Amino acid sequence: MQPEFETTIQVLKKNFKAQVSEFRGDVRVNLPAESIVPAGKMLRDELGFNLLSTMTAVDYWPEQKPRFDVLYQFTSVTHILSLSVLVQVPGINPSLPTISGVFKNAIWRERELWDMFGIKFEGHPDLRRILMPADWEGHPLRKDYPLGYEEPHFTFNFEEIDLRKPYAKE
Amino acid sequence: MGVEQKLANMGAVTTTLETVVNWSRTRAMWPLLFGLACCAIEMMAAEGAHYDMSRFGMELMRPSPRQSDLMIVAGRVSRKMAPVLRRLYDQMPEPKWVIAMGDCASCGGVFNNYAVVAGVDEIVPVDIYIAGCPPRPEALIHGIMTLYDKVNHEKIKDQA
Amino acid sequence: MTQLQEVSVDDIKHLVSERAIQGETVLLNMGPQHPSTHGVLRLLLELDGETVVNCIPDIGFLHTGIEKNMESKTYEKANVMTDRLDYLNTVGNNLAYSMAVEKLVELDVPDRAQSIRVILAELQRIASHLIWLGTTGLDVAAMSTFLYCFRERESILDILELCSGQRMMTTFIRPGGLWRDVPVEFEAAVREFIKIFPRRVDEYEALLSRNPLFLDRTFGIGTVTAEEALNFGMTGPPLRASGVKWDLRKARPYSGYEQYDFEVPTRSEGDVYARYIVRIEELRQSLKIVEQALNKMPLGPVRSSDHKFVPPPRSEIGVNMEALIHHFKLWTEGYSTPKGSIYNAVESPRGELGVYLVSDGGPKPYRIHWRTPSFDNLQALPFMAKGVLVADLVAIIGSVDIVLGDVDR
Repeated sequence: MQPEFETTIQVLKKNFKAQVSEFRGDVRVNLPAESIVPAGKMLRDELGFNLLSTMTAVDYWPEQKPRFDVLYQFTSVTHILSLSVLVQVPGINPSLPTISGVFKNAIWRERELWDMFGIKFEGHPDLRRILMPADWEGHPLRKDYPLGYEEPHFTFNFEEIDLRKPYAKE
Repeated sequence: MGVEQKLANMGAVTTTLETVVNWSRTRAMWPLLFGLACCAIEMMAAEGAHYDMSRFGMELMRPSPRQSDLMIVAGRVSRKMAPVLRRLYDQMPEPKWVIAMGDCASCGGVFNNYAVVAGVDEIVPVDIYIAGCPPRPEALIHGIMTLYDKVNHEKIKDQA
Repeated sequence: MTQLQEVSVDDIKHLVSERAIQGETVLLNMGPQHPSTHGVLRLLLELDGETVVNCIPDIGFLHTGIEKNMESKTYEKANVMTDRLDYLNTVGNNLAYSMAVEKLVELDVPDRAQSIRVILAELQRIASHLIWLGTTGLDVAAMSTFLYCFRERESILDILELCSGQRMMTTFIRPGGLWRDVPVEFEAAVREFIKIFPRRVDEYEALLSRNPLFLDRTFGIGTVTAEEALNFGMTGPPLRASGVKWDLRKARPYSGYEQYDFEVPTRSEGDVYARYIVRIEELRQSLKIVEQALNKMPLGPVRSSDHKFVPPPRSEIGVNMEALIHHFKLWTEGYSTPKGSIYNAVESPRGELGVYLVSDGGPKPYRIHWRTPSFDNLQALPFMAKGVLVADLVAIIGSVDIVLGDVDR
């Protein structure tokens, strides 16, 4: 690991009770939910991680508790480093404090997480659906949401599918 | 020497009303600018200089539905876009035709999930389906020629 | 399903200014079907006469659920869906996905495959920038650039069709290397392209770069400073035009980019004209990379020979028992991967294209997330559009170079 990375890991461990792991050269830090916003501010201002590359979530239903794993990927343009920060969120009433005051592109990313997973962000200025229509029910990327698979037409079942498919007339 | 020869020498042409109406409809059919996704890029390539579409009268794609006769649905139609598509189709004046370009518009294509409408014929009545992902510009032009064939065989008594 | 939904003003009251509610300013819908929005993007504009007071983007009209759909396909078959994300950079999407899978299972890629990957990715970058240039010309009413750019793009698509049989959605780059070796006419075709292209770039510049009409429409419009750009998460040419020299091909080189000698064009003004100049320069630099990679192309295999992950060649199946077993297992069940998650990013023509891949040990990706550059670049649009005229807004949207397949996935 590079020396700048070492200092970053030490600072995070000291202030925020971080747990560090590594896989295929990627460094991963686990943080508790309430310290993500001060950690983000410290990463941006003092440690030089000025770009929030992406924010996403993984749903581990039903195998694992807590259910959601929210990932923040920070990139440092000055030191050329990339850091993954993971926050675990339980499945009942999932919610996290918003980081959109620190990084502005989190506004849409958190809206996408609300739309796709149902994770609420406290303090978000504008939490509504972004990719699905506004009156859609359900959160599509959860594991208990069905794919919406439609039966493909073959010659043996073409007639019966044709009869029930809603064609537009005029 | 028949009546037709004599009239032709004087500069008059005889034909049927149906032929004239269908001929005028096919020679200057203006498409609606409705490119959604990847097929739109192949539609733009067909408009370019290599596979010129303006030789078929489709020089301009009109952005406004009130001024166009042909809607080429090029690309995948998602659930949020479906009502917009229907509204645009309703705003086009008669006579109008629809070409479903590409696999996603014809049958849902590669995608079989909650977000893509499986075939645009659930929303608007389609005249011609063009297969391909995305179809080559030559395939699009062949589809347009097939549509012209279809229009040339339309009868006035079938249109209420 | 086809009923339009009624949206009341209350839903968007917190986004528009006070003047809209009193009726002083007009709320105009620049709808999903519009010639200048480069796809199905809906903008809700709050106008005071001709000036834009507020601009609220509404996305999701092209949402295809690719991320969820890829969770139900094995790794080899999911490669087909990656082309359809950013449909102007199809080779780059395949490259990002293949590199992520190779990082996860620690698969090696032979050198010949690396250099051909670089050639195809840079040719795709040139093709993508050509479409940007053509549509930008159309937006500011310079229609002849559109025709010229599509002429060059046809030559590049001919080269892609020579290799893979398909013009756009090639799926040529697969985990482990390439699908198959390039034919013998490939080198001659690429050399022909390298010979004619530099003068064509000079032609495009002669049309636009010093044209007073173009300068009037683009100089000083839509400025973003470096800190604001980084805070918005912008990457790619918009970030480089604001002064930050960040290019993943130089900063964290992949696929052999460290062997090639090229520059990363940067400007400091951050307006529409700077982004234009940065992309024109990138056209020339990409051509330089293609020439170097073509000269360096070593001989050898084009796909890894680890048949636990890579299908064996068809000719071996009849004679070799292990090849038959590997083929059967790969096409019925897929290969098992180690448990864990990785993040891998490449430089697409629009910015940083990243893949976050989570595996639970099975043959299908448990969760795949695409960090697409246009999603973050578009968030800066309301900030750039405050106080400009509607015609300038069209030029700004064109300069950010969004592709709605990227934004909505």
